[in-house]
Amino acid sequence: MVELSINKIKVKAEDNMTILDAAKSVGISIPTLCHIKDLIPSGACRICSVEVEGFRNLVPACAYPVSEGMTVETNSARVRRARKTIVELLVENHPQDCLICVRNKNCELQNLAERYSLREHRFHGETKDHAVDISSPSLERDPAKCILCGRCVRVCNEVQKIGAIDFANRGFQSNVTTPYNKGINVSDCILCGQCILVCPTAALRERSAMKEVSSALESRNKYTIAQIAPAVRATLGEEYNLPLGTDVTGKLVTGLRRLGFKKVFDTNFAADLTIWEEANELIQRISNNEPLPMFTSCCPGWVKFIEHNYPDLLQYVSSCKSPHEMEGAIAKTYYAKKLGISPKDVFVVSVMPCTVKKFEASRPELNEHKLQDVDAVLTTRELVRFFEVAGIDFADLNDSEFDNPLGESTGAAAIFGTSGGVMEAALRNAYHTLTGEHLENMELNAIRGLEGVKETTIKIGELDVNVAVVNGIGNIRQILDDLRSGNSKYHFIEVMACPGGCINGGGQPIHQKTDKVVQRMRALYEIDKKMVKRRSYENESIKTLYKEYFVEPGSHVSHEVLHTHFHSRKS
Amino acid sequence: MHNHIFEQYTRNDKSSLIPLLQEVQAIYGYLPEDALKDVADYVGLPLSRVYGVATFYNQFRLSALGENVIRVCRGTACHVKNSANLLFALENTLNIKAGETTKDKKFTIELVNCIGACSIAPVITVNDEYYGRITTKDIPSIIKKYAAKPAKGVQPANVTEEVA
Repeated sequence: MVELSINKIKVKAEDNMTILDAAKSVGISIPTLCHIKDLIPSGACRICSVEVEGFRNLVPACAYPVSEGMTVETNSARVRRARKTIVELLVENHPQDCLICVRNKNCELQNLAERYSLREHRFHGETKDHAVDISSPSLERDPAKCILCGRCVRVCNEVQKIGAIDFANRGFQSNVTTPYNKGINVSDCILCGQCILVCPTAALRERSAMKEVSSALESRNKYTIAQIAPAVRATLGEEYNLPLGTDVTGKLVTGLRRLGFKKVFDTNFAADLTIWEEANELIQRISNNEPLPMFTSCCPGWVKFIEHNYPDLLQYVSSCKSPHEMEGAIAKTYYAKKLGISPKDVFVVSVMPCTVKKFEASRPELNEHKLQDVDAVLTTRELVRFFEVAGIDFADLNDSEFDNPLGESTGAAAIFGTSGGVMEAALRNAYHTLTGEHLENMELNAIRGLEGVKETTIKIGELDVNVAVVNGIGNIRQILDDLRSGNSKYHFIEVMACPGGCINGGGQPIHQKTDKVVQRMRALYEIDKKMVKRRSYENESIKTLYKEYFVEPGSHVSHEVLHTHFHSRKS
Repeated sequence: MHNHIFEQYTRNDKSSLIPLLQEVQAIYGYLPEDALKDVADYVGLPLSRVYGVATFYNQFRLSALGENVIRVCRGTACHVKNSANLLFALENTLNIKAGETTKDKKFTIELVNCIGACSIAPVITVNDEYYGRITTKDIPSIIKKYAAKPAKGVQPANVTEEVA
């Protein structure tokens, strides 16, 4: 422990703590831009500059460790002037089209301009000019809005370990871009959108599908169906200042109906169905001595990753479509037939916590007779914008129930949105199928939580099933390398590209609150806990669905509608 | 053509990135995209990082040089003597920007911070020849001289036809 003084306040801090953290512990806020918690400081932006007695220059608080007897001033005239100048220089090389910007009122640069009272233009000069990269169906890159803080580069390189974007060129020409500035869709990018979550401005943002959805809602011929992903219900409330981890399922259903959707279904229904199919596939693989481990295929970012980087291991990935694609596929086959409407007129909109789902929905192999399974994907953030336009006071809405039959779900489906959830749900089902009994301790704490790689062994009958749960695509390479060299002990591996799973997906509300992942996880486990039925095989609607349409998991029809194939994207 | 250069470097050693890029450039005169991918793969860095390094340092080029390299001095003395106008004249005549190569691969324009011949400012060089105290009026005749002349080591077009 060391003792120092910050703004004449005595502070006790641990050794190696930064000035930034020490100041925070006594309620002194120092602005940051390039800083990302838990990553090695880069000290690039200098907005956190503070004055330290005995130092000639200002010191970056995010990168400088405290020491005994240090005297720090975070609010001197010199510090304020330096910070203000940094903000002014950034703002003058920024488009300043805040009024029509997607990050208006949620922009760190805008906040800093306000915090340091920028009221005039002191600098005039050349401003950078770059084209917007709209090559991808998921992400847009607008380098003109980039302030070169490097947070996206670091998340992509150090957390996700993809490295699709990096700094290129130098001086005034510096920008964050893909190799050869070719466009994000031809890079190794898996479109997870973690870069969007850390971007302080709108330099990185989702490709909006609001126009397509609006015109479908207005069209008289379209039978519009909305479905909601498990993770969206635990996060959307944050946009309305509800506490972290508030479950807003009922309000979401009401809100979507008010927007004009004819039916509001639950992706959780298809999550239960995925479990039926996936657990069956796993059992088939084990009993037929087929290659193991089997990887889950719910996360399109993970699928895109293995297609790019380890295409030789694609045979290990489950052939199941992801839940929202299954839901779309059923809506356009079984359900359309039941209603007696043409599948052409069905328009399925998925509300997802995810940016890759937009790319996934456009994959040519995910179709029923040349009709895409899902027609449009909205992120959590885009749905909020829809509610705003429509004048829906979300926080005051009453709760409603999902439409049936594609709305019934169990607790097992609810936890799909968090890392470890798919595995837990699948094991609850596989246990029952193989032993005919219910899994007693169905809350598998070993595979819950934030750890990057979690593993456990579960005894099903005679068989010891080794499972692993990976979240954050940066943690998967070791497991794949081991598998390649023939050293994998696992039977079943769940992979989610985003750290924490879908609750921390690239389409979720943007803010830098520290315990957001933990609170959102807790919300989903609460939903599971409150459910009477917590195992996918207890879902009555799915039993009916198999009786009326698919016969049994892994049947011919189910392969046609619910399964798919993947292909190499190695360049 | 560049595979042999990897032999003397350890795989996944990030510190060999710049020497490897230099060797690639020594072979081709620039950094071809395929070679850049191979280097990235060998040192274990994402292509975006390697591209970033290649575009950061002035010593690396991402496209082949033309047969004739025109270097325009933009040092202080030449700047005072209006070298900016020489550059504009060259860019307009050849219809390329500084750093680029003409479509027929005849000319490349490069900028130099100081050639070290301030006494005859403003200076441009074409290949190894110096042109000092020139004005924009001299540009067309200089370009004409090189446009007609076949570059060193390259056979004139009619001779290659006969061989073929």
